[in-house]
Amino acid sequence: MSLREQSNPKLRVRGATKVYPTASGDLVAIDNCNLDIEAGQIVSIVGPSGCGKTTLLWSMSGLHSLSAGEVLIDGKPITGPSSEIGMVFQDANLLPWRNLDANIHFPFEIKHQKPDRDWIARLTHRVGLEGFGERFPRELSGGMQQRAALVRALSFKPSVLLMDEPFGALDAFTREEMNHLVEEIYLDTRTTIVLITHSIDEAIFLSDRVIVMSTRPGRVAKEYAVPFARPRSFEIMATKEVFDLTNAIKLDIVGEQKSKASTATRKLPQAAH
Amino acid sequence: MDSNDAIPEFTKAAPGGDVGVANMSALAAGPGIKSAREVAAIIGVAVVVIGATEFALRWFNVPQYIMPAPSLIAQALVTEFPHILPHLGHTLVELFSGFGIGALIGLVLAAVITQFPFAEKIITPYILLLVTTPMLALVPLLILRFGFGYTPRIIAVALAAGPMVMINAATGFRRVDRGKIALARSYGATTLQIFWKIRAPMALPMILVGLMVGAIFGLLTAVGAEMVGGGFGLGNRLTSYSSMIQMPQFFAVVVILSMLGILIYILFFLIGKKWASWEA
Repeated sequence: MSLREQSNPKLRVRGATKVYPTASGDLVAIDNCNLDIEAGQIVSIVGPSGCGKTTLLWSMSGLHSLSAGEVLIDGKPITGPSSEIGMVFQDANLLPWRNLDANIHFPFEIKHQKPDRDWIARLTHRVGLEGFGERFPRELSGGMQQRAALVRALSFKPSVLLMDEPFGALDAFTREEMNHLVEEIYLDTRTTIVLITHSIDEAIFLSDRVIVMSTRPGRVAKEYAVPFARPRSFEIMATKEVFDLTNAIKLDIVGEQKSKASTATRKLPQAAH
Repeated sequence: MDSNDAIPEFTKAAPGGDVGVANMSALAAGPGIKSAREVAAIIGVAVVVIGATEFALRWFNVPQYIMPAPSLIAQALVTEFPHILPHLGHTLVELFSGFGIGALIGLVLAAVITQFPFAEKIITPYILLLVTTPMLALVPLLILRFGFGYTPRIIAVALAAGPMVMINAATGFRRVDRGKIALARSYGATTLQIFWKIRAPMALPMILVGLMVGAIFGLLTAVGAEMVGGGFGLGNRLTSYSSMIQMPQFFAVVVILSMLGILIYILFFLIGKKWASWEA
């Protein structure tokens, strides 16, 4: 489904299908999903809620096995969690019984490695969390917690950063700040980033490409290129191009939701798009 | 539990959702005394209450064998203490060994059994039966089998404390936070690492509640078992003093037992504050 013919994308999703067995029968979360993500790109995935975005991301991270299909990183199939991949979860997901330093060192503890203190200090400085190492998560604001989670995910220098609705719980201003921060870090590290979000603004501001997913069973319905130069400022959000892009994406998502509603009333097995 | 076939969803797995016999808030529910004025008020009220009791008992000439005056109890506490001390030692030996054995078995059982939901369902009714049956009922039988020494008492304490620890710890270990386990797995954590670095710390507040309630139950059972039979221990002192109608001495032992209970509470309160305060 890729628009470009790229020979070795960083991440390649091929025919990804995931079926969850539930009490009321099988639930097909994603069905024959295909997607290529080139190295050094930021790609956002948007779509109606419950469309399998998180399932797709978890499959990329190796946390989930697929029922069919595969995900390749640098051409090699992902079979489990890998040091190439850093995850940022919903709601920061810090361990409340550890202070910030211990939270950031957690990946190294699990991997039995010595933390790269210089790199971590640099990241900590970049996100503005210097001097907060002894604090516990409950003492910090949501934005600060998510900054710490960002440092934790990047601490072991993964080449891919997967972000699962990372800023959904933050207020609008903190969210914009975090978006700037992610771009800054991206420009610094050129890490490939896959971002799941509910905010079309966030998707457009950050991404090189925005992928729209269909309703469940999820597959790639459409994709848009976002051709603005970096670093971006929020002024681009007021341009006509962004306005049109936002509308087009919104209409796509609404269209997906409608098609779901109509198939539901007609009791058809699959959503058409 | 493998999250492989679970729908990635966080809302349902909120920590602290279900609560067992006791709740962490019981531990954290200290009155939160802050200022010197509050401390002074508390001591002042205590002085008034004890003073009024003393006065009323003397005013109405209440006989000593019904209720001795607080001053007499305090006096007995001082003069009798050398005689009571060895018995306190015996009770502590029973409490520590019984509680240690029971808590250890309870903890291990809880950690293992929660990994196997089906086995847990089968075993839980028996544990509940052990929690709700007063283990004191078994003491006469244990004495018949093991004599009047430490053994029957330690077994009774272990039987009283162990299931209490187990049922609370199991509640703690069952609090699965899928997001945190996924986090650990994303760094390649093994099942053992997930247990020690995620499940155990998450369970700790409930484990502490179980240990505290278990220790109090253990004290109760130790004293009860001493009252049933055998020639030593604080429970034995209670029956002995009351049979001789030595009420000030009797109440001196009661005061020591209260102190012991309060010490247990304070100990676990402090441990909880140090290691499990993230929960509050």
